[in-house]
Amino acid sequence: MGLRDVAVVGAGLTKFMRRSLETGRELAFEASKMALDSCGLTMDDVDCVVIGTAPDAFDGVHMKGEWLADGAGGWRKPVMRGYVGGGTGVFSPIQAWYHIASGLFDVCLVVCEEKMSTCQPHPQGAFLTIFDHTTERALKPNLLWIFAMEMQRYMTTYGISERDIARVAVKNKRNGLDHPATQVGADITVDDVMNSAVMSWPVKRLDVSPTSDGAVAMVLASDRVARRITDKPVWIQGVGWSLDTQYWANRDLAYPTYLEKAARMAYSMAGVKEPRKEINIVEPYDPFDYKELHHLEGLQLAPKGGAPQLIIDGVTERTGNMPSCPSGGLLGVGNPIAAAGLMKVSEIFWQLRGEAGKRQVPGTPARGLAQAWGDLMQVGTVIILGNEPSSR
Amino acid sequence: MTRRVAIVGVGATVFRSVSPELSYKELMYEAAIRAYADAGIDPRVDVDSFVTSAEDLHEGTSIFDEYTPDQLGGVLRPNHTITADGLNSIAAAYMQILTGEFDVVVVEAHSKASNSLTPEQVAAYALDPVYTRPLRAHPHFIAGMEMNRFLSESGYTREQCAQVCVKNRRNALANPLAAYGASTELREVLESPPAFAPLSHADIARYADGAVVVVLADEERARQLNSIPIWVRGVGWCSDTPALETRDWGQAVYARLSSQMAYKMAEIQNPREEIDLAELDDSFSYKELQAMEALGLCEPGQAGAMTVAGETKPDGSLPVNISGGSLGTGLAHEATGLLKLFEIVLQLRGHAGPRQLKNARVGVAQSWKGIPHTSGAVVVLGRE
Amino acid sequence: MSQVVDRRQSVSSSEPHDLPTLPGTPLRDSDIREGRVLTERWDPDLRYAWDTGIAISRYLQGLKEGKLLGSFCSTCERLVVPPRIVCEQCFRPMREYLPVKDTGTVNTFSISHVAWNAQPIQTPDIPAVIDLDGASPGIGILHKLGEVDPNAVQTGLRVEAVWEPARKRKGAITDIRYFRPLS
Repeated sequence: MGLRDVAVVGAGLTKFMRRSLETGRELAFEASKMALDSCGLTMDDVDCVVIGTAPDAFDGVHMKGEWLADGAGGWRKPVMRGYVGGGTGVFSPIQAWYHIASGLFDVCLVVCEEKMSTCQPHPQGAFLTIFDHTTERALKPNLLWIFAMEMQRYMTTYGISERDIARVAVKNKRNGLDHPATQVGADITVDDVMNSAVMSWPVKRLDVSPTSDGAVAMVLASDRVARRITDKPVWIQGVGWSLDTQYWANRDLAYPTYLEKAARMAYSMAGVKEPRKEINIVEPYDPFDYKELHHLEGLQLAPKGGAPQLIIDGVTERTGNMPSCPSGGLLGVGNPIAAAGLMKVSEIFWQLRGEAGKRQVPGTPARGLAQAWGDLMQVGTVIILGNEPSSR
Repeated sequence: MTRRVAIVGVGATVFRSVSPELSYKELMYEAAIRAYADAGIDPRVDVDSFVTSAEDLHEGTSIFDEYTPDQLGGVLRPNHTITADGLNSIAAAYMQILTGEFDVVVVEAHSKASNSLTPEQVAAYALDPVYTRPLRAHPHFIAGMEMNRFLSESGYTREQCAQVCVKNRRNALANPLAAYGASTELREVLESPPAFAPLSHADIARYADGAVVVVLADEERARQLNSIPIWVRGVGWCSDTPALETRDWGQAVYARLSSQMAYKMAEIQNPREEIDLAELDDSFSYKELQAMEALGLCEPGQAGAMTVAGETKPDGSLPVNISGGSLGTGLAHEATGLLKLFEIVLQLRGHAGPRQLKNARVGVAQSWKGIPHTSGAVVVLGRE
Repeated sequence: MSQVVDRRQSVSSSEPHDLPTLPGTPLRDSDIREGRVLTERWDPDLRYAWDTGIAISRYLQGLKEGKLLGSFCSTCERLVVPPRIVCEQCFRPMREYLPVKDTGTVNTFSISHVAWNAQPIQTPDIPAVIDLDGASPGIGILHKLGEVDPNAVQTGLRVEAVWEPARKRKGAITDIRYFRPLS
């Protein structure tokens, strides 16, 4: 795929925390250092840097990419920050992919960071400014409104219950207990979710991932270099991304068309014809429990309205036929926006190498998919990783 | 066999100090339809990817990329934003095409600076929150300090910097897109009120509103589409440290390293000889001289004398900022570099009308992220 | 490009969960309150005056006059709200502005107990996407519901706009106070 094949060769991450002592730069440094150490590289080996981080408003620094660059090894190197809101965590390795697949660079360090706690009194307030300044902001929307409304539309369209959706939170929080970065891993029940405080009905406290501070970094390399760095490169087989209209209230909220487009782009690149059969392990973006279901359907891994059945049938457990969010996801680990997406990519990376420790899914998964989402619920970013370079 | 990438379409609105009758979406749309008409494409069918340049705080909206696809024809297509000058997005588009997975990529950037009521607050928000912001000084002090160090290291004078202002604003008179064309005298520039000494007000480019859209394509598509493809010969970009405490104040290291990367790709060994025109950062007058040195367009220490001797005027040996530069066109946030690129494309096509240079075959565009940072990009374009 | 030495021998297979605790120092709010951790504070004063342009100026003018306007794409035969100068589906310009009704159907809604800044509120907000009568199917706008028991709201509820009195209207989305069930 592309001019040259590209592989992930190393990764590292910090804890995900509600509020960290470390500055954003320091978080970026810790993750970068871990990622480089994990594959025995130094900054001298890195040709270029891709930084992913969501709105400047959280960290409280305009032109945040430049400000973070020092901590991300970006001193006197080509550094680019790509930006698609919440989709950024999966988009950043895609951006790194095109840096390397273009032939211009061999080794790229990808660093995703977020320090949401900087925004006081609550990071959620920063989201007011994502709404249209003239047609929506004056209504003083809370970010939860739009997700609650999308959840409600999904439930109503397919007759899905809150309890069925809550199973996702239970699964992911339990999975999250096994992730070393976890901020919110827990053993909860569907009843716990149903009894948690209603924030914006139907969204309840335990349906939502937290705001977090954290950073994740990953090293990507071209094929000839990757094979010298590690015995187990994990190959990028396909990438896809798609952004829908800004007029989100004009869209069908029950189904993420933008994600289907992104997924088909990635499947086509990867030569995947039957996703449900050929994707062994998946990390769909789960900032809310209903989103995992919504996204599994957009990813063509479940029929419309059919994702809840996969959860009920145990297909998406670690021991199931298609483990979904074995990492624990955003619900189980935490949600430092851009870093969370990259955490999911790192999970696929470690799972395919058999290095996910207690989270390791049985068998030998050969191909996995990580996906992120964001903006006004309108962007889908998809990356497919596998133990072989693309078959195309 | 590496693919080649060409610019096959450009479109720009006029740049003005205010643009009250159009929203930013409508400015983007105007530039887009011009670029698509120039290239002869329908974005709903012919474009594989869209790359936009924007910073949230310039717009007053977080996650600004949400609002870009519709007016570019990019709905339900691959879109992403780069938080850097448009030349960086050109580099991103270039890389996407080189992967072989994308044939036609659109790049966009705009400025609606007139809509920002507290620009100095926005600029201050980019300063390090612990080390620099508490000093509560207007961020332009950083440019003043850099100019001071640069003049002291290079031996250039305020008069030579002022000559840049005179040249560029006069050049802008011939550019129908430019906001601030004027016939000024050297004396007027030198006597303008001090701003952040040694900068005076006239040394500082003013903002303007407008939008630029560029269409890039691989060689095969380019030859089908446009009779005069302008080739992207090289791209380079670099981030130096954001720290005020440890940076090299006198030199634009980011510009030097960016140009080295671009020249290597473009197989340019002797930029002074091989480059026919340059569109360089002149957001502050001294930056043009600093960029000339950084890009190897003159011997060290010669940029000031060259400027005074008229070598960088349109009829000189190396025209710099024939567009008028930012001093003449208006500083345009992320569209600044694309305005420079736009001029070079016109020149290389032979479509620059009254500004047309003879024998324009290779041009270089260079941009700087702006205060307080030391990052930037360079793009080399060629007729062949 | 870089010269990378074959490092495979020197790297041991790393299992993240076997690593010592990951880097990161979680704080409690009391650490900050009680001064164990120093902080620096900045209150941004960021203000903007956005040019509303052709399409939205018409929309706002319509709101001031007590009307909801949309724009029409003759190629796609779509009437969309809010109006825009280009149809995002076919990319043809939209120059016709047509009124839609100020009644509609609740496409979806929520019952919110938190304000925009995450602070709890006593009386819940009922935000909704209202598909407007007269606009193309599925064309909705964000607004709030009022004069309704939250438990009585469901997808499909028919609603009408409640306008501010003419003299109070400014040309803003808040010229509509809220939508209430059709009487």
